[in-house]
Amino acid sequence: MDLTTTYLGLKLRSPLIAGASPLSEKIDNIKQMEQAGAAAVVLHSLFEEQLRQERIQLNQDLERGTLSFPEALSYFPEPEEFHLGPEQYLEHIARAKKAVGIPVIASLNGSSLGGWTKHARLMEKAGADALELNIYYIPTDMNLASKDVEEMYLNIVKAVKSEVKFPVAVKLSPFFTNFASMARRLDQAGADGLVLFNRFYQPDFDLATLTVQPNLLLSTPMAMRLPLRWIALLYSRVRASLAATSGVHSGTDVVKMLMAGADATMLCSVLLRHGIKQIGVIEDSLQAWMEENEYESVTQLKGSMSQKNAADPSAFERAQYVRILSSYTPPPIEAPG
Amino acid sequence: MSSNCPTRKVRYTTIDGNEAAAYVAFRLNEVMAIYPITPSSPIAEWCDQWASEGKRNLWGAVPAIVEMQSEAGASGAVHGALQTGSVSTTFTASQGLLLMIPNMFKIAGELLPTVFHVTARTVATHALSIFGDHSDIAAVRSTGWAILGAASVQETMDFALISQAAAFRSRLPFIHFFDGFRTSHEVSKIQLVEDETMRALIDDALIASQRARAMSPDHPVLRGTAQNPDAFFQGREATNSYYAACPGITQGVMDEFARQTGRAYKLFDYVGAPDAKHVIVLMGSGCETAHETVDFLNQRGAKVGLVKVRLYRPFDSQRFAEALPPSVESIAVLDRTKEPGAVGEPLYQDCVTALFESMAGDGGHFARMPKVFGGRYGLSSKEFTPAMVEAVFANLASPTPKNHFTVGINDDVSHTSLPYNPEFSTESDDVIRALFFGLGADGTVGANKNSIKIIGEETPNYAQGYFVYDSKKSGSMTVSHLRFGPQPIRSIYLISRANFVACHQPVFLERYDMLGSLVKGGTFLLNTPYSKEQIWPLLPTPVQEALVAKGARFYIIDATSVARASGMGGRINTIMQVCFFALSGVLPKEEAISAIKDSIRKTYGKKGEEIVQMNLKAVDNTLAQLFEVPLTRPVNGAGPLLPSITPNAPPFVRDVLGKLAAGLGDELPVSAFPADGTYPTGTAQYEKRNLALEIPVWDQAICIQCMKCVVVCPHATIRAKVCPSESFEGAPPTFKSTAARLPEWKGLKFVLQVAAEDCTGCSLCVEVCPARNKKETKLKAINMQAQAPLRMAERENWNFFLSLPEMDRRKIKPLILRQQQVMQPLFEFSGACAGCGETPYLKLMSQLFGDRAIIGNATGCSSIYGGNLPTTPYAKNGAGRGPAWCNSLFEDTAEFGLGFRVSIDHQKEFAGELLAKLAATIGGDLVEGILKANQSDEAGIEEQRQRVAALRQKLRNLNSPEATLLASLADQFVKKSVWIVGGDGWAYDIGYGGLDHVLASGRDVNVLVLDTEVYSNTGGQMSKSTPRGAVAKFAAGGKPSGKKDLGLIAMAYGNVYVASVAMGAKDEQTLKAFVEAESYPGPSLIIAYSTCIAHGIALDAGIGARQQKLAVDCGQWLLYRYDPRRAEAGENPLQLDSQAPKAKVQEFLESENRFKMLTKTNPDHARQLFAQAQADSERRWKFYQDLQGRTGASAAAERSKIPVSFETKP
Repeated sequence: MDLTTTYLGLKLRSPLIAGASPLSEKIDNIKQMEQAGAAAVVLHSLFEEQLRQERIQLNQDLERGTLSFPEALSYFPEPEEFHLGPEQYLEHIARAKKAVGIPVIASLNGSSLGGWTKHARLMEKAGADALELNIYYIPTDMNLASKDVEEMYLNIVKAVKSEVKFPVAVKLSPFFTNFASMARRLDQAGADGLVLFNRFYQPDFDLATLTVQPNLLLSTPMAMRLPLRWIALLYSRVRASLAATSGVHSGTDVVKMLMAGADATMLCSVLLRHGIKQIGVIEDSLQAWMEENEYESVTQLKGSMSQKNAADPSAFERAQYVRILSSYTPPPIEAPG
Repeated sequence: MSSNCPTRKVRYTTIDGNEAAAYVAFRLNEVMAIYPITPSSPIAEWCDQWASEGKRNLWGAVPAIVEMQSEAGASGAVHGALQTGSVSTTFTASQGLLLMIPNMFKIAGELLPTVFHVTARTVATHALSIFGDHSDIAAVRSTGWAILGAASVQETMDFALISQAAAFRSRLPFIHFFDGFRTSHEVSKIQLVEDETMRALIDDALIASQRARAMSPDHPVLRGTAQNPDAFFQGREATNSYYAACPGITQGVMDEFARQTGRAYKLFDYVGAPDAKHVIVLMGSGCETAHETVDFLNQRGAKVGLVKVRLYRPFDSQRFAEALPPSVESIAVLDRTKEPGAVGEPLYQDCVTALFESMAGDGGHFARMPKVFGGRYGLSSKEFTPAMVEAVFANLASPTPKNHFTVGINDDVSHTSLPYNPEFSTESDDVIRALFFGLGADGTVGANKNSIKIIGEETPNYAQGYFVYDSKKSGSMTVSHLRFGPQPIRSIYLISRANFVACHQPVFLERYDMLGSLVKGGTFLLNTPYSKEQIWPLLPTPVQEALVAKGARFYIIDATSVARASGMGGRINTIMQVCFFALSGVLPKEEAISAIKDSIRKTYGKKGEEIVQMNLKAVDNTLAQLFEVPLTRPVNGAGPLLPSITPNAPPFVRDVLGKLAAGLGDELPVSAFPADGTYPTGTAQYEKRNLALEIPVWDQAICIQCMKCVVVCPHATIRAKVCPSESFEGAPPTFKSTAARLPEWKGLKFVLQVAAEDCTGCSLCVEVCPARNKKETKLKAINMQAQAPLRMAERENWNFFLSLPEMDRRKIKPLILRQQQVMQPLFEFSGACAGCGETPYLKLMSQLFGDRAIIGNATGCSSIYGGNLPTTPYAKNGAGRGPAWCNSLFEDTAEFGLGFRVSIDHQKEFAGELLAKLAATIGGDLVEGILKANQSDEAGIEEQRQRVAALRQKLRNLNSPEATLLASLADQFVKKSVWIVGGDGWAYDIGYGGLDHVLASGRDVNVLVLDTEVYSNTGGQMSKSTPRGAVAKFAAGGKPSGKKDLGLIAMAYGNVYVASVAMGAKDEQTLKAFVEAESYPGPSLIIAYSTCIAHGIALDAGIGARQQKLAVDCGQWLLYRYDPRRAEAGENPLQLDSQAPKAKVQEFLESENRFKMLTKTNPDHARQLFAQAQADSERRWKFYQDLQGRTGASAAAERSKIPVSFETKP
């Protein structure tokens, strides 16, 4: 049985990648991921904005209350240097590379064009095998045109690609007027891969305190429907690799994503929920399904149910949606008692 | 000091005295035992920081630094290090030096060479003072140490080396002292002492011989013997030759130093006319001012001179006499200390004796014995100016010179003071003098320090900066005094004639006369939000008048807007610095801007590119916003300056404290001051500081009357009252009230009122408010709004609120917070930091027990905001009762408080005996009522007060000695609540021995530890309370060990009530703990978690309570109460009030800079310590849970096994 796949030009032992999550903050976890069979690991994201905020915060914390009271002209020792930049993240890449043999994919969320390119270069230098650009952007400015938002994405990809040699994937949200067009333009801009889709922290209300509490709910298998559709639609229409993230929880989920046309699948919520060892369980289940259904390789599976290859291409489009709705029958209401 | 050696390449540096001393001490020592004390703390901080960075001393080793529990401990550790052959030192001042005295006698007696670097500071007498004089130096002159005094920052660096070299050569220990603040904190451009100079002067062979003499089992010796009358005296005299040789040795070192550096010193340096008739003798920083004045006077034909005393001990009489010109007829010896009852001050006595001996010997070189007069000056950094020096010379020249005079004050009581002409000035025109008035923490001082560095390092000019800070921690004013000139600057006094005056905070312009010191044609720069068209009529009238009269050039900048636009928040430092350089002409503008930009890159580079960029942006944004305002308009200003004290204040408060508050205290004569240091309480209410830009505003429709805002307010500026509706007649139009919600208060009205002019705007109240507006959830029952538009109406509302009746305390249930909080606080409007975590506890204590509390307060934050003149937050109720407060020392507070208890108990007991004797005449019922009174609640206390009043009435008619005695003691029949208050530096470290003893005594005292987990008042040095992983001064690499569990130690006694509280996490638990502790008839200890600015949190934005909750939620801080009374009832005495930790400790640690900072300096170490901190928390939780889980009976049984002296007096 041949589970190998190629993602971002990287030859992988299987399509199972440990996706970006807090788990990859620890080297021990990354080792366990490799042991459990992960074909690659995407590190947690470096948030440039967060680093910037932290630097400003540190400066404020060190200056607060200083030089105003004669007995306490400062409240902290002032060391000669601070590790404020991405050094820790870069060291983490280097350590991860030393610790495991599988490809290590860095992940970056920038806040300025300069920040994207500078940090991408540093990550490449630190030894990462590839980079995932986590363009985590929620446009809320009513005066900002969709076109400008799209341009921003394209500019980031072009700028980063012009600065680095290693492969660059783009992790996207589905919230574009015409996602297909966006995918094509990103492909043309040089993206080596598209990771579908980003899951945002969504606000929630705490009714006890009447405050807004942003939090992240782990994905459920339902979440895979959206990437499934778009991967199936994009398969063979873009040059870039396709990775599925969101809702991949079982071996059969992986099968479906591969059939849609994914080159790789990112495991994230499922690992947070069931532990890193679940990678092995999913791989076993993928193998079992393939054996049972007499598939020889992942390559054989890949794209077999894409819009291009599926028996009913219209099933991925809006017409299908109307049909489902019109045939919907509510379940019977049970009589009490 | 002679002129510079022309052949040597000289490196200059611009630093303060403390860094100058630290620079040399660090290079020349191996072991440093340190302890924080103002103003020497920065020396230890520098050394600790350099060691943590791996910097090395002259011999290539990183010195070992150990923080001790007190100065006594530090001197003991140094003694030990010296005895085992290390070169060792410590740094201290004032009371700290006094704590070292026992070891100092030993070190000198054992001929152990060392140097203690001392920032000479006032020893506390009628009051504490952190400022500089020589009372500490004088107090140790009998210890046998050599004492070498530096007069300037340059001399501080030079003498640090000279004293060390002389110590090795003479085998005598040296005190190297320089004046606290005036020298320790003055920034000055000086010549660096190079390592090769140090190598040339320090003889390694002498260090080797010290090591050879060291204690070692390889060549054992016996030291520290006990000696009898047959031996001691002779042994004591055996060291004479060392003292005889020391002055010559020291002079020899000075001469070698001169050869190395070109800077020549003498043990007694004479300056002035070779044929002077009148000479002043003094030591310390005053020498420089005297030097400047002597030069000035002699240039104008006078014949005067000055002897600068360098080596004060051993006092070389012969060299002293030889230093004086033969022509001298009269001498004034000036002492910066006072020795009450002595025939004269110490230096005066030395000089008189030396001269007398010199005349009695070979007759000396004088034609006639000069007349010698003694005088005192400059106590506690009182200004010492050329005018005063001139007055001293005038006194010497007068036909009947005053002896034992004072100068610099107006002594209208014993008439010791010399008059002086304040207009007398020696300052030359080639010195640029600039004054800056800033708000603490707005960056003014930092910017000025930076400007001095730029000018000192980029130009051939000499530069000097001295900074005057406020004694208040919130809304404080800083005044920066900067001088720049082509010659070394000897003007060691504040600027009174400035070419440039800048007001960085417009609010101060309304209060302080800033233009009084501006010279004619000088420049005035004002930071203001108003435009050049708007500003003129808005200026106070005296400001307009002064500008016009002086023909000043007037410039404005809206620095706050520029700062905001540049992303700098409230820091206006860079902007104002650019303005200064643009207007002052010290440097060509372009050159200055480029130097500022370089300096920004240097200063902020390590903090990240954003910080550099925002400062650079601010530089570029500034010049376009700097405008000159023409003075062509009529004087039609906004009125007079605001008074510092409200007009309704009592005369003493208005006339004396008011002057101090206005910064005019120097004008007050001796007669204005109480001789024993006693001041009235209830005075902070008259100092309306109007600090808050925004104040909380109550929405009575939303309020649920939970009182959380009232209890947590650090400044007692949110108050609640519940009164009958008829009380509200005549209320001002905007006064708010609503129906009281508690069933017990049905029919009454509830009021929540803010003291708008006393609020600091910390918004803690808003943070803790749990009630939200249902229509608009961003609003709560209390919301911040701009103060200025509300000020006048709220002033009226506040005054009306004060006139409303207080609720009868007997009707208040003290354990229910929403009732208890209507009790009147007797601690209000302190100068503590905005959002202070300590003051709410004191306020709560004052509400509950203030009308019968007596407080012994350890030195620290709580003694500064509690008792620093001009005003005190301790207040009185309508009956005139309130906390009586006193600070003794830092180290003895528990003992001090125990003294209160023993004394009060004794008086009460004796009063009881007298009462029993007089029972027949007074009446049995009253006597029995008094002696058997139940005072366990407010009603019982009130009844007892009435009985005592009745007793007094009766005693008035009795004319017996017993009755008179009893009348003086009768008040002790009313229960007194003794409180011992201090911080963790006191309780865990310096005062721990005494605290332990007092807890063991069984006496009924209440100890309140305001635990900020660092020495907050001195700038955040590590204490034994500091938690693991916290970065603090003296723990720059993160504290490796865990926090001492003081509560557990106290619980081990079994008979001590112990509570650990965090008001922000559980206010009702705090309330219970206070009530239980006070009611417990034995020792009680409350350890109160106090959020602090030293935690690196936005305390001034109201997050203190949130941090307390987070600390409790993760188990970093436990809430518990241990009540021995429960054990006596067969229950487990320990009640754990915390829930099982529900968050990770790391979450808390990462929310405070004191921990988070370590992740930015040493991430690996941080990870390790944070993991240990989590383990600490889990272990502690389990341990306390186990303790709590024990059955009551077994816990009680264990308690009974603990042998303690139990002397409880109910």
